[in-house]
Amino acid sequence: MAFDLNGVTYETDEDGYLVNLDQWNKDVAQYLATQEGLDMTDAHWEVVDFLREYYDEYKIAPMIRILTKAIGQKLGKEKGNTKYLYDLYPGGPAKQACKIAGLPKPTGCV
Amino acid sequence: MAAKIETETLTGDINIPSIQPGATAHYKSNPAKEDHNKFLGFPGARVENWREAAVEHMGELLGKYKSLRVFMDICVRCGSCADKCHYYIGTRDPNNMPVARQELMRKVYRKYFTPAGKLLPDSLTGASELTEAVMTEWYSYFHQCSQCRRCSVYCPYGIDTAEVSMAAREIMDHVGIGQKYCNEILGKVLKVGNNLGIEPHALKNTLEFVEEDVKEVTGADVRYPMDEKGADVLLVAPSADFFSTPHIEGFTGYGKVFHEAGVSWTVSSYASEFANFGMFIGNYDTMKKVAQRIRDAALDLGVKRIVVGECGHAWRVGYSFWNTLIGPFDFLDPKYPAPQHICEFTLDLIRRDGLKLDKSANDEFTVTFHDSCNVARGSRMGDMPGGQFEVPREIIKAVCNKYVEMDQNTIREFTYCCGGGGGLLTDELMDLRVKGVLPRANALKEVMDRHGVNTMAMICAICKAQFTKVLPNYGIPMETVASLHQLVSNAVVLGGKIGV
Ligand code: SF4
Ligand code: SF4
Repeated sequence: MAFDLNGVTYETDEDGYLVNLDQWNKDVAQYLATQEGLDMTDAHWEVVDFLREYYDEYKIAPMIRILTKAIGQKLGKEKGNTKYLYDLYPGGPAKQACKIAGLPKPTGCV
Repeated sequence: MAAKIETETLTGDINIPSIQPGATAHYKSNPAKEDHNKFLGFPGARVENWREAAVEHMGELLGKYKSLRVFMDICVRCGSCADKCHYYIGTRDPNNMPVARQELMRKVYRKYFTPAGKLLPDSLTGASELTEAVMTEWYSYFHQCSQCRRCSVYCPYGIDTAEVSMAAREIMDHVGIGQKYCNEILGKVLKVGNNLGIEPHALKNTLEFVEEDVKEVTGADVRYPMDEKGADVLLVAPSADFFSTPHIEGFTGYGKVFHEAGVSWTVSSYASEFANFGMFIGNYDTMKKVAQRIRDAALDLGVKRIVVGECGHAWRVGYSFWNTLIGPFDFLDPKYPAPQHICEFTLDLIRRDGLKLDKSANDEFTVTFHDSCNVARGSRMGDMPGGQFEVPREIIKAVCNKYVEMDQNTIREFTYCCGGGGGLLTDELMDLRVKGVLPRANALKEVMDRHGVNTMAMICAICKAQFTKVLPNYGIPMETVASLHQLVSNAVVLGGKIGV
């Protein structure tokens, strides 16, 4: 599978995750978010930025609790919980947010 | 975004529906990629002579596993199993009746392995060649079986459809028809050490996070160590425990229990996975390789005991198969079972009055327990018959004031699958997963309405992931799903009785 954006072709896997992670940029994220029916707000970008930073260092998406805590520290304690993340990304912070952040799909019992 | 999956309204009753032939014939797991298959020693893609190769391999399996041949021969079509499968109840597709699922293999068996099937016309024997169409059915419906074994409990002959599914998947892998979800994950666990692909430095970071978090919340220095040589206990958890919620809350609980027991423990970055999908694909060699990492890690770290976390199918592998796969465990302390389930460890401590517990910490929860298939029907626990049912319940009752059972036809050996077991916990099968949870969701709904249950505890990583994902489709909040050791974690008073 693949999609074209601004004259560039982006290959994706069956679930729509970018195959080549280096191809990611904000336009791609915006495009993928639109596909998911999401309106990207600053709060959405905070999550994406954190996921990318974490992935850069650890080569894996963070545990959900690490993500919620980080978001709580950035955006205020009342937002540091799973419910807030699911409000932002109804498809799940691990899967949907990872897709938009250009991370590979988490595999396993998740 | 994916279209919303149509769900039935929960009534609290489990009704057996009328059939809808072909309702789920289009469900198809993503096929494995060439490198997924090859890494496990299977052909990268479907081989040219797949028919002959599949029939030949079926013959080998029939010779190797006598039970499989018996299962092929002895079904009398009494129909007792027909309405016992959650996937049939949820999807109405008659091919999801266990007897019909077996028939997909049995008709091929008749054709190639019985005298009547070889000689007489198929219309008389119900035999069938392994055609393209039959293989398409195999791939679809043998990936609509979570290998939960509920049907086998009701079969007068004990025919085990799970074993038939495992054999079918093994035959398909053998000719290059693999399923991506299982085979990709098996590659990861064999390369990185866990299904998620968490590398050692990331695992370390996660464990440090848990340590700091517990310190912040409780003020206590509870350790969550990794790769510590000379620890008494190697703890092997499903890797979802290092990633998901509510899994991590259970893992946090294991650490508190060890802390209170005064037992030194460690996880291994080399063997940071208890799950073993080798069982789901029915491949002995792969199952052995995955398990072997745990033996190697235990020897390398010099531990005296192996304790395992909350993972249903892996407990079956550990309890029933480890000794053959990676035994003997003569290098471990013979005073303890190998492996020992974390529930056995915790209950033993509770019984010896070694844990100070504050049950009121769980007073906001009215709890029920979901028995996971492979624990309920594929293993035992503790030292008494039925221990796999009693041990977890005894722990819950020790840490919670309010406990309620679901309908007796849906618990213990009659438990309904979560709908995501057996290698089906993948997004492209979401429709099946949402439908497959229906009987469990109804049984849960009944105790929610009648007794105010708001928490369903369990000891399986797949169950937890599946329920948190699919129950909201029925209006049941994901927070209902809890790890058993999360309840323990809430109730443990740290520093209460160290060293007992
Ligand atoms: S093992 Fe479970 S999923 Fe498979 S046919 Fe039997 S009841 Fe259905
Ligand atoms: S219950 Fe057993 S014998 Fe009866 S139809 Fe099912 S598999 Fe065959």
